[in-house]
Amino acid sequence: MQQTSTPSRFGGLYGRIRARFQDVPISAWLVGMLAAVLVEALIGRDLAYMLGLGNLPSFFGLSLIFKKWNLIPSIVVFIVVVYVLPALAAVYLVRWAMHRWRGVRGVAWVQRIPTRGYIIFNLAFVYVVLHLWAASSDYRLLVLRLLGVNIILTLSLNLVNGWMGEFSVSVAGFMAVGAYVSSVLMVWGFVNDDVFGPAVFPEAWAPYAFPLALIVAGAVTAFTALAVAIPSFRTRGDYLAIITLAYLFIVKSSIENIDFLGGARGFMNQPKVADSLLVVFLWTVLAVWVMHNYVTSTLGKATSAVRDNEPAAEMMTVNTRKVKMVAFLTHAFWSGVAGGLYAHIVGYINPGSFGLVKSAEILGMLYLGGLNSVTGSVLGTVLFTLLSEILRPLKLVKWMVIPVILIVVMIKRPRGLLGFQEIRLPFLERRARAEEEVSHAPAGD
Amino acid sequence: MSQVAQQLFNALQWGSFYALIALGYSMVYSILMLFNFAHGDVFMVATYIGYFVATLLLGLALSGSLPLSGVAVFVLTLLLTMFLASFIGIAVERVAYRPLRDAPRASAAITGLMVGIFLETLVLYLLGASRRNFPTLIEVNTFQLGPVQVTNLKVLTIVLAVVLMVLLHLFIRKTKVGMAMRAMSYDYAVIPLMGVPLDLIIAFTFALGSALAGAAGVLFGMAYPVLDPYMGVLIGWKAFVAAILGGRGSILGAVAGGFLLGFIEILVAAVLTSTMRDLVAYSIVLLILTFRPYGLFGEEHSVRLRL
Repeated sequence: MQQTSTPSRFGGLYGRIRARFQDVPISAWLVGMLAAVLVEALIGRDLAYMLGLGNLPSFFGLSLIFKKWNLIPSIVVFIVVVYVLPALAAVYLVRWAMHRWRGVRGVAWVQRIPTRGYIIFNLAFVYVVLHLWAASSDYRLLVLRLLGVNIILTLSLNLVNGWMGEFSVSVAGFMAVGAYVSSVLMVWGFVNDDVFGPAVFPEAWAPYAFPLALIVAGAVTAFTALAVAIPSFRTRGDYLAIITLAYLFIVKSSIENIDFLGGARGFMNQPKVADSLLVVFLWTVLAVWVMHNYVTSTLGKATSAVRDNEPAAEMMTVNTRKVKMVAFLTHAFWSGVAGGLYAHIVGYINPGSFGLVKSAEILGMLYLGGLNSVTGSVLGTVLFTLLSEILRPLKLVKWMVIPVILIVVMIKRPRGLLGFQEIRLPFLERRARAEEEVSHAPAGD
Repeated sequence: MSQVAQQLFNALQWGSFYALIALGYSMVYSILMLFNFAHGDVFMVATYIGYFVATLLLGLALSGSLPLSGVAVFVLTLLLTMFLASFIGIAVERVAYRPLRDAPRASAAITGLMVGIFLETLVLYLLGASRRNFPTLIEVNTFQLGPVQVTNLKVLTIVLAVVLMVLLHLFIRKTKVGMAMRAMSYDYAVIPLMGVPLDLIIAFTFALGSALAGAAGVLFGMAYPVLDPYMGVLIGWKAFVAAILGGRGSILGAVAGGFLLGFIEILVAAVLTSTMRDLVAYSIVLLILTFRPYGLFGEEHSVRLRL
């Protein structure tokens, strides 16, 4: 277990910080986050009260900066004591433990856990941390669940806007279709409703039928997306943008005219099957995994080829129609699933919430995070949502600050913060390299 | 029959707004290959500017400080609003689009969207949520023209839209700046080599488009006096559809697209219920685009600025 210290590619302060923490495994960071969350749970509320911050701040106290400026020193103290110190302490502890016991046989075994199991373990760890963090406040739970929905939406849009290179604004329309279809299915099946009659199945089955309802909703959305996918064979660029815009208007108008869906009044009464963080978390992880596999597969590379040069791709035996079809339908499917989740989280949907504004929001998250990047989409969504929450005390001014931030990002990095790149986790990379070396080692070593 | 004629006339008026705003989209697109999604919000800001100018001038005229008749106030408001609105357009171009000249078009489009949101929130922040009412500058007289009931305001709107379109066409054909704009739409890269000041021409294009949006703003304010900061969003996007429907880069196309879209919307609302309007209207738009994918007057491989 050599301790190689490769000089960091990045210069300056960031480079030095990066170099310092080079050999910290991800699990250590997660332990750090766990420690921070536990400390917050134990002393957070009292400390906040003592420092004059009032109740436990929802988002690391950052939004309080905008409420009362004189609280800034207290906020800094709070953040350092509750979050930064425990996290760093835990990280250093784990690093020390790793070095202290790296000669011991047991530790070597840890290094040989297959990557897949390692990832699943870390994901479970992340879930535990998030769960504990959200336990302190219903508001946090809501924000996290909506964050999951937005991540799925942004990822699916990245497929069409990024990897396929189109400009599609119909994401809110797909979301609407998925939301309504899944709501109708769940309400018809499991809720005694005025319009849909008594529940057909026992209410206890609802959480198990929910994934099915989401998949059906996604499938229906994908089917309606044919209206957008088929024209895309012939037109590209701006004309396709109009077609997606028309789709958005048509969906919105259709829903408003269908009375048993509640029309403009909206649709309520969805069963509370998306109340737990676990459901949303699992769907988000699934979406990320599927998207990652999609874009790293041959089909994903074909999609990029269609974006870069469609006639050339066609000459290289890429079936451009199939590629376009699959990309749009996948985008629609996942947007529909996200819409279904959204409907059951919020418990009320109406056509107004799926308009141009929603599409513009998702586009903003997408371009903030970066085109053609799975981690970029996740990052962009998290940043956008965090910004949105932290700037909440600014009320109206928030919607002047956020566009300005996005404009600055666009000017500095037109393809987004992580455009065409992914976050490279050094530890995972070294692990992958080590595994490769082991597998390529000459036999009879 | 008279119903159809009446609706046709209403459609001409409603379409005039789309036409004037679509002209701005089309011009900017033909020289920069960029859709200025902030244009609808520039229209909104122009309407508010018109409101302030009109209120000011009307106040001056009524109090006797300035000897102006109602018509004179209107003309002055129109000209002044167009002039001031052009600066808004120039500012948007300078701040948001110039740094992104070499960036992918989608990023510039997103920037435009963000500028639009910024403008909406700015107006809402500065002026509050209470609705403003555009002052009445011209007495609205209704009279019968055969089977059709017209108001002088609607006639004025249609006439002004056509006149402005003709003036724009003449400008592009006869002046040097117009020639430079046309040349840019043919071949963007070569223009600086010909000694044409690139930034100036682009700023001029934005200014022209915004001035037309300013005219649309004043006329819209007079016809539908209740102003609100989000009025530009829907009209802006529909004018964008109209510009595409008419064909990119074509002035006649933008106007025709505007009238066509207005016609479709009004007719659908008249024949069916108004709630079905968007549904049917945009299905028709989709249908048209399926058979003529590049718009009525559009060409597949060129966006050159032309009548």
